[in-house]
Formats: sequence, C-alpha cells, structure tokens
Amino acid sequence: MHLLKLILRNTFRHRLRSLLTALGIGVAVLAFGLLRTVVDAWYAGVAASAQNRLVARNAVSLVFPLPLAYRNQIAVIRGVTGISYGNWFGGVYIDEKNFFAQFAVDPPTYMDLYPEFRMSDAEREAFYRDRKGCAVGRKLAAKYGWKVGDTIQIQGTIYPGDWDFVIRAIYRGAEPSTDETVMFFHWDRLNEAIKRAWGVQAGNQVGWYVLRITRPDDAGPISDQVDAMFKNTLAETRTETERAFQMGFVSMAGTIIVALRVISGVVLAIILLVLANTMAMAARERLSEYGVLKTLGFRPGHLIGIIAGESLAIAGLGAALGVALTIPVCNGFAKFVTENLGSFFPVFRLSPETVYLSVGASFAVGLLAALFPCARAVHIRIVDAIRRVD
Amino acid sequence: MTSTLTVLGLALVVFVFVAVLMLARGLEIALVSTGSDDNAIAIRKGSGVEVSSAIDRNTVSVLKVQPEVLTDPDGSPFAAGEVVVLITLPKRSDGLTSNLTVRGVSERSLLMRPQVKLIRGRLWRPGTSEVIAGEALAGRFKGCGLGETVRFGMRDWTVVGVFDAEGNGFESEIWGDVDQLMPAFRRPVFSSVTLRLRDPSAFEAMKARVESDPRTIVNLFREKQYYADQSKYLATFIRIMGLAITIIFSFGAMIGAMITMYAAVSNRTAEIGTLRALGFSRRSILICFLIESLMLAAAGGVLGVAAGSLMQYVSISTTNWSTWSEIAFSFTLTPEIAAKGVVFALTMGLAGGFLPAVRASRLDLLQSLRAA
Repeated sequence: MHLLKLILRNTFRHRLRSLLTALGIGVAVLAFGLLRTVVDAWYAGVAASAQNRLVARNAVSLVFPLPLAYRNQIAVIRGVTGISYGNWFGGVYIDEKNFFAQFAVDPPTYMDLYPEFRMSDAEREAFYRDRKGCAVGRKLAAKYGWKVGDTIQIQGTIYPGDWDFVIRAIYRGAEPSTDETVMFFHWDRLNEAIKRAWGVQAGNQVGWYVLRITRPDDAGPISDQVDAMFKNTLAETRTETERAFQMGFVSMAGTIIVALRVISGVVLAIILLVLANTMAMAARERLSEYGVLKTLGFRPGHLIGIIAGESLAIAGLGAALGVALTIPVCNGFAKFVTENLGSFFPVFRLSPETVYLSVGASFAVGLLAALFPCARAVHIRIVDAIRRVD
Repeated sequence: MTSTLTVLGLALVVFVFVAVLMLARGLEIALVSTGSDDNAIAIRKGSGVEVSSAIDRNTVSVLKVQPEVLTDPDGSPFAAGEVVVLITLPKRSDGLTSNLTVRGVSERSLLMRPQVKLIRGRLWRPGTSEVIAGEALAGRFKGCGLGETVRFGMRDWTVVGVFDAEGNGFESEIWGDVDQLMPAFRRPVFSSVTLRLRDPSAFEAMKARVESDPRTIVNLFREKQYYADQSKYLATFIRIMGLAITIIFSFGAMIGAMITMYAAVSNRTAEIGTLRALGFSRRSILICFLIESLMLAAAGGVLGVAAGSLMQYVSISTTNWSTWSEIAFSFTLTPEIAAKGVVFALTMGLAGGFLPAVRASRLDLLQSLRAA
C-alpha cells in the first residue's frame, strides 16, 4: 500500500515531464493504432470470407472470363450445394473519384450463397424482379444519399455506355466485417447488352463462379476436381477457397503492407525511447534517494517495484490517452480516405485486437524502459549513492 | 544518455519522414516518367485504362494516317497497335500470386520507346513464342528470369531477354510479339494505339479532331499524362498515409525534444544563475538553449537522412489500383528530400526547445543561485 503511494507520488513529482512523456506515448500509440487499422483494412476481404465457399476463376487471370456452360458441370460435383457467378462491372459514378465495386450477379443464387448481405423480404423481392434494379450497401447509400426507388447512372468503362439502375434494395451487413459498399445488379441485363453490342458469341461469359460446399475440409479435393474438369480447355480454371482468393488481393498489395508493418514497429521503438529517456532521467536524479531507501531497509525488490511501477503508470496513462485519441482519428482518417479515394477500403474500423495490442505493447515497453534504471538502483552501493551530489 | 536517446528519437522520425518522401518520388519516377511527351496514346472512349480498352483494326488504320503522326522517309507511320492483358503468376519469394501486365508490341513500339533497352539476352524472333521481361520482375516472379519459361495462353513462352527502362513502369511488364500474343489470348482487338507525333504541340488539335471523328470512338492522351493519371490513386494513398504518419510522428519527436530540454534546464539551474550573475542577459540564455536544441535536432536530422539513404537499396512492389497490375519502384533520394529532412528536424528542435528555453531565460537570478 505504501509502495503504491510512493509510486504515485514519484509519478507526479515532475508533473510536466510525466505528462509530456505520457503524451508522447499517447501519440505513438495513436500512430500504431492507425497503421494497424490501415493494414487490417487490406485484410477486410479475408476477414469477411466464409469457410464453406470456393471461388473458381480463369487460370490466366481475373480479366479473362469463363463460359456460363461450366455452371451445370460444376453444380453436379458431389459436395457442392450451391453455385452462383458474377462479373466485375468497373463503372464510374459521376466521377472516377467515387470508386466503389459493382458486381453483375445472378441475384437469387448469389444472395443465397452470401446470407451476410441482409435486406428486407419486400426489398429483396423487388430487387429480384426488376431487371433494371440494383441492391446497394448501407454505407454506399449513406455516402451518396441514395434511397430505395432512386435512379442512378453509371458509366461503363469495360462495357461502354451510360447505364441506369433503379435502387430496389439497401442491404446491411450481418457482421462488422461485411462490405457495405458494393452494388449488385442483374447479370442477365449485362449479358444481353454484351450480346447486342458485340455479337452473340461474346455473351454467356462470367467473371468467376462461387461454390458453396458442405464440408470445409473438402475444399482441397473439390477444387482439384473442378480444375481437372476443365484442364486443357480454352478457359482453364483456378479454384481456391474464398479466403485464399481474397488473400491473393492482399498479396498483390505486396511490400506496401510490409512497409506499414515495419513503420508500426518503428513506432514501438519510439515509444520505448521516449519512456526510457524519462525513466533514465528520473533514476539519475533520485540515485541518492535510492541510497537512503536502501539504508532504511528497503529491499532491491521494493526499489524495482517503485521504479517499474512508475514506468508502468506513465505507460498506462499514455496508452489510455492514445486509445482515446485513436478512435476519433481513425474515423477522421477513414472519412478523408473515402473522400479522396472512394471505397477502396470498404471496411475501415478500429478492431478490439488493435486496442488490446496497443495497450499490451505500451505495458511491455513500460517494463523494458524500467530495466536499466532498476539495474542501476539495485546494483549501486549505498555509500556511492549517498556520496553523489548533483 | 538522455541526449543520445533524444537524438535517436529524432533520427527515427526524420527517417520515416524521408522514407515516405523517397517512396512518393520513386513512384513518380516509375509511373509519371513512363510516358514520353512526343507520344500519344489512344484507348477506347471511357475505358480509362488499357486493360479495359478495345480498339479494332479499322480504328487503328484511321489513327495511323492522321497528318500529325511522324512517318519514315518511305512514308510508313510511327504508330503501333498494342495488346495489354493481365496474367497471374506466383512470386519467387513466397509463392503467392500477383497480377502483372503482358504487352504485345511490334518493332515500331520499341523505336517509339527509346528508354527501353535490352540489358541481357536478345529480342524475340518474330513468329516465335519468345518474350522479354522487365528487369523489375525478372527476379521476382517464377519463370520470368532469362532462359526460363512462363506459361500463359495455353503456350509456354521462353524469356529470351531482360530489359531495363530507366526505372519506369515498363520494367514491371512482359513484352512479346503482338502477332503472337493476340491469337494466344484469343483477342481479335488491340488494347491501345501508340502514335509518335511530328510536333508535340499539334497534340491538342489532333485530339479534338480524332475524338469527334465518328469512325474512331477513342480518347487520345499524351502518353506522359496517361501514365501520370494511372498513378493518381496510389500516389494519393501514399501521400495521405505519409502525411498522417509524419504529422503524428513529429508531435512525438517534439515532445521528446521538449522533455530532454526541460531536464537540461532543471539540471543546470545553478549554472544559469551563475551565468546571469556574471552578466549574461536573458536573451543570451534563451539563444544558448535554443542552439543546444537545434544542435541535437541537426544531429538527429543527419542521422535520419543517413539511415534513409540506405533505403535506396530497397525496392517496393505493389499493385497499382488503377490498372490492377504489379508495379515495382525503389526509394529514391534527391538532394531536395535530404534538405527537407534536415529542415524538418530543425523545425522540430526549434519547436520542442522553445518553451524550455523560455523557462531558462525567465528563471529568477537569486532563486536559481540558491538552488545550488
């Protein structure tokens, strides 16, 4: 109890210095949290992927399509309980800056495979029925102020022309990790437009297939079976779990993610430097006090407790400050990014893990920073400590 | 001890600041300098990037005979229809896949892009399944090194040469004979047409005419502008990220400098009193402490820039969000960036040292002498 009092008194002895140190740690915790959140945003697709879904695409790359005829061949494979397909539309809403994903899908089968996109039965029905209809995510609708019944115009880049869509449904995500910035519309409509523009032979092509399987353990054998089925055809497939498919996008981001991780490591080093600096200063100033404490019969354990306790108290204060700052800054950053880059990062949120990690890292750093001063206080001989005058 | 820690802290912040600037500069070199002012590129109207564009042979013939296009003495135009597709290949490092660009070109294309130079091997022989690979990807993707084979479009392609393009975006591409690649990918149409102009200033007039011609449904860009536009998203992201990190970090470093300087002031209270008693003015003491802080900052700045310069050996690869293909670029240090790093450090030193210096100069003479 007395030890605790001593720790608290020591912490606030140099009020300005302790406060500045805590502030410095807070700022670094903020940077750490922000960087982690950005890295997490890249992994949003991976986090949202389901274990029981496989994705089959053209083996060359996603740019090349697969024939619609594969659907029936894949659907009869044992263990596959559902199949749907989609195309990337790549349209522009008013300005290129307003990027968001548009998928041409077969609505009933696709929504059956993705139960995490939730909408009311009435809206679902209206979306399924209207060929010109589309379903948009809640976040997307909020961003552009869309309501059910509005007509929006998208300019095609891959499929030229101005496309009008009527918003029939606004979906919500079942999980916080669900992407609420996607627009879905009828694949049939796209297919007919392609046939009209480029001839019948250009039609009936899909960008990728999504398969639902009964047991996640069968993912490997079923993938191999699908790929073997279309081996040596004009459009060979590459089938993998949805998670692996999404990981492909993350791995495309490449060393940028590594760089962000390295910087977040550097941030931890900075926290350590700031705190170690303060603790070293405190220990040097109080060396003669430690001598007095030792004379009074305090054991080395007590000294370690006092010094480490002070270090941890400052680190804890800093972590609390940092986390309190991270929440508004992350939101502001997300807003800024959406305004400048559109929905490139559909899910941008501070995860509980990041908060735990920042707090945990701060405490670890607090202990580390106390190491050197503790060793000094424990090892110094009483006479030397008391003799010192500065 | 505390001075060393402060210098190290400042150095780390300057290092990150400089690294971000170097990254942005490297990206600029890789993408913005990919194009040339003498060239124009046509892609299908509204398609935005080559990968989603399609241009048929009739359009190509109309574009080739525009009066602004440079011709040989024998009258053949400097123009080339090219085909651009994305393929997915595994990386050597971890086996994970990434998209990269395959460009089908003709001999004309090489003449129009003098920055592309073979550094190993040779060019493909016309009519064979031979390709050349950019220096930036030869070492990073499986099958892309000299003499190796890479499989796509139901054929095995032998890499017979490796080319360098002065660090620009072409270095992250595979080039081959357009007449081989088009049938291999079963694409009856080109992706883009590159034209060399007689006179770059005639571009605007040509753009206006070509874009209003009903036979050619295309957008015409200056090649340089086209590649600069492609880097927009990635560059914006790096800039936002860099700005956020730098602002946050500089606060941290300023606080670190402040802590050290406040400690210096309180340790030397008696000294300051003595100096004042000897007749030094408050101003000299203020300046004295500011200079100390600036010297710490300068040391941190120089150390940070020195560490940053080591980053020049590191290259970064990522996917360009506009084209969905792999792009590699390296950290590039310029004298301007180095100067910015040092100035940044000095600013932090000044800002962090100012309040403690003011406190030092305001100390009461008698009380500070008594502190001894």
